[in-house]
Amino acid sequence: MDRLDPRDTPSAALVDPAWLRGLTERRLSRRDVLRLAGMGGGAMVASSALAACGVSGGKAKKTATSFWDGKKVKGSLVFANWPLYMDKAHGTHPSLDLFEKQSGIKVTYKEDVQEIPSFYGKIEPELAAGQATGYDLIVITNGVYLDKMKAANWLIPLDHTQLPNFNKHAGPAIKDPTYDPGNKYTAPWQSGITGIGWNPKYVKEPISSFEDLLNPKYKGKIGMFADNADLPNLAILGNGVTPEDSTPDDWNKAADVLKKQRRLVRKYYEQDYIGPLSKGDIWISMAWSGDIFQANLSDPGLDLQFVVPDEGGLIWTDNMCIPVHSSAPVDALKLIDFYYDPEHAAMLTEWVNYITPVPDCKAVIEQQAADTKGKDRIYLNELAKSPLIFPTDAMTSKIHDYRVLTASEEKQWNSIFEPIYQG
Amino acid sequence: MRSLRSRLAPYWLALPGGMWLAIFFVVPMFFMLSLSLQTGDTLNGYQQTFHWSTYSDVLSGYHVQFVRSIIYAVIVTSLALLISYPMAYWIAFRAGRHKSTFLFLILLPFFVSFVIRTLSWQFILADNGIVMGPLKDLHLLPQDFHVLATSFAVICGLTYNFLPFMVLPLYVSLERIDHRLVEAAHDLYAGRFAAFRRVVLPLSLPGVFAGVLITFVPVASDYVNATILGGTHTTMIGNIVQTLYLTNNDYPAASALSFTLMGALLLGIFAYARALGTEDVMQTAAAR
Repeated sequence: MDRLDPRDTPSAALVDPAWLRGLTERRLSRRDVLRLAGMGGGAMVASSALAACGVSGGKAKKTATSFWDGKKVKGSLVFANWPLYMDKAHGTHPSLDLFEKQSGIKVTYKEDVQEIPSFYGKIEPELAAGQATGYDLIVITNGVYLDKMKAANWLIPLDHTQLPNFNKHAGPAIKDPTYDPGNKYTAPWQSGITGIGWNPKYVKEPISSFEDLLNPKYKGKIGMFADNADLPNLAILGNGVTPEDSTPDDWNKAADVLKKQRRLVRKYYEQDYIGPLSKGDIWISMAWSGDIFQANLSDPGLDLQFVVPDEGGLIWTDNMCIPVHSSAPVDALKLIDFYYDPEHAAMLTEWVNYITPVPDCKAVIEQQAADTKGKDRIYLNELAKSPLIFPTDAMTSKIHDYRVLTASEEKQWNSIFEPIYQG
Repeated sequence: MRSLRSRLAPYWLALPGGMWLAIFFVVPMFFMLSLSLQTGDTLNGYQQTFHWSTYSDVLSGYHVQFVRSIIYAVIVTSLALLISYPMAYWIAFRAGRHKSTFLFLILLPFFVSFVIRTLSWQFILADNGIVMGPLKDLHLLPQDFHVLATSFAVICGLTYNFLPFMVLPLYVSLERIDHRLVEAAHDLYAGRFAAFRRVVLPLSLPGVFAGVLITFVPVASDYVNATILGGTHTTMIGNIVQTLYLTNNDYPAASALSFTLMGALLLGIFAYARALGTEDVMQTAAAR
């Protein structure tokens, strides 16, 4: 989940030495003056060319309401998802294999979504040009990019009459989110909570509040996120304001708190805070629930803690959606609905350890635990018990959605919050 | 006919290079300049409005990171020069038949990805890692001492990563020096230091120039080291450009910032070339 763009060798931006030499030695002669005059003319041509080459936007027409009428199964689809986000055994994906067997639809599964901005950057030119992306189902996190895709009509509205499992089993916490009322375009894949993580090896008292991130006692040992979604929204919650109802005035107040906190912060992390938190470089940090659970799982002695602060935490959701010009929208709908069957959702949850959109799969996991023995049983029981996978009611009552921003609000929001982590 | 053809020959030879420069440098630069003056957003498109204030906006918003990047680049380039010069000198004059072995050793880290090399420093310098941990246990360092997340760590990482860029040109220019010139200096009663100052150093200046150029420019726009090794006060201009382009999709601001950076670097190089004086330097630098 590293957000860095891999860059193998630093490129040396070389200047043409001959050109530089020309700059250093030449004196103006009459011919040069004439040539300069010519260049002046050229410059005028160039500036009109400058004016001409605008970059056009790529809004698509709204998808017609009759879109789904008479649409048929194609028999194959391409699914783009994040890495390590699908159950895996012996080099194949058992749940996908099951889907292929049950439906007869062949799935090409690609782990092409490494991070949202670059994935968006990859599909945006095609969408803007009105072409197919080559994907029939993509997984996009809620946030500005999803908002943009919705606003540009780049997503096909889901036909809920073809999603019986979704209607029956989708959890109330993830249904009808503020970023997509009525789940018109999206169906959640998995979710996670943004809250506070801490390492009990160094932090001895229990952490419960956003205020703990502001405690001078932890000076230089506090980690925060370098992003303009989690960081601002959590701080707004810390001030006792619900992000969805927040005004620019609330944003400034939250920014003031974060600015004061700056001198205590060790670093604003991109997504790489878990290592430092485990090693003790930082003791307390903003954190994602799934990361904490997985870190503890991979290192039994670790025992990192996670809490949804009293003031409130945030829920983010990775969503399945169908990009426009998909050649297999019905197949994509079938795959979405497949994962809302609790049996199939359990297959995923047992492997990816995030918050499932299908709470009914808890019973499936408990049943499986009862049917097995030994290590598997311990693990499955742990999973079914974990509030990081199945949040308790006390947790869900404190969870909020992110602020949805309009284009003009986004500019203001960024200018308020970016200077904080881009010191 | 024949003479015309032979007169045209050099231009034909220059054509592929010229085309390459035009297509992959001049045209994109032109688009970037154009984009930096437009207004709009990615959904509705950008219109050319000659919005020059984007430039003043990015400068007032990001001058801290801008100046910081230049300062880092100056420090890193000086450090790299100080470390590389003796190294290159030793390899060129003293390494004998093992020269290529040592050059290979200098290049060896390049066989590992840039990001991985930087990440390994994060591992080595961790607060309770293999270096700091034992020192803290022995109470040789205070408990809250740390190297990561400081300017020091970023500068060290940059120097480490870009060192070979300095060593190689220095080596090439030192290696070319005719030893008989040094001997002649000794014959004329120059001491070791005088011979170095009067003969070796001036003859190696083209290497210094080339080394400084290809170290300074990429260091000033690097963003990987600041991301991995830095903390709250180490953001460089490369990080800002990356965020503006990839996260905010604010193409005009990102273009304006890139253009300003390029302008500042070109001006700096121009001034540097002038200060260093001779065009000889450029010529020999260009000769390699």
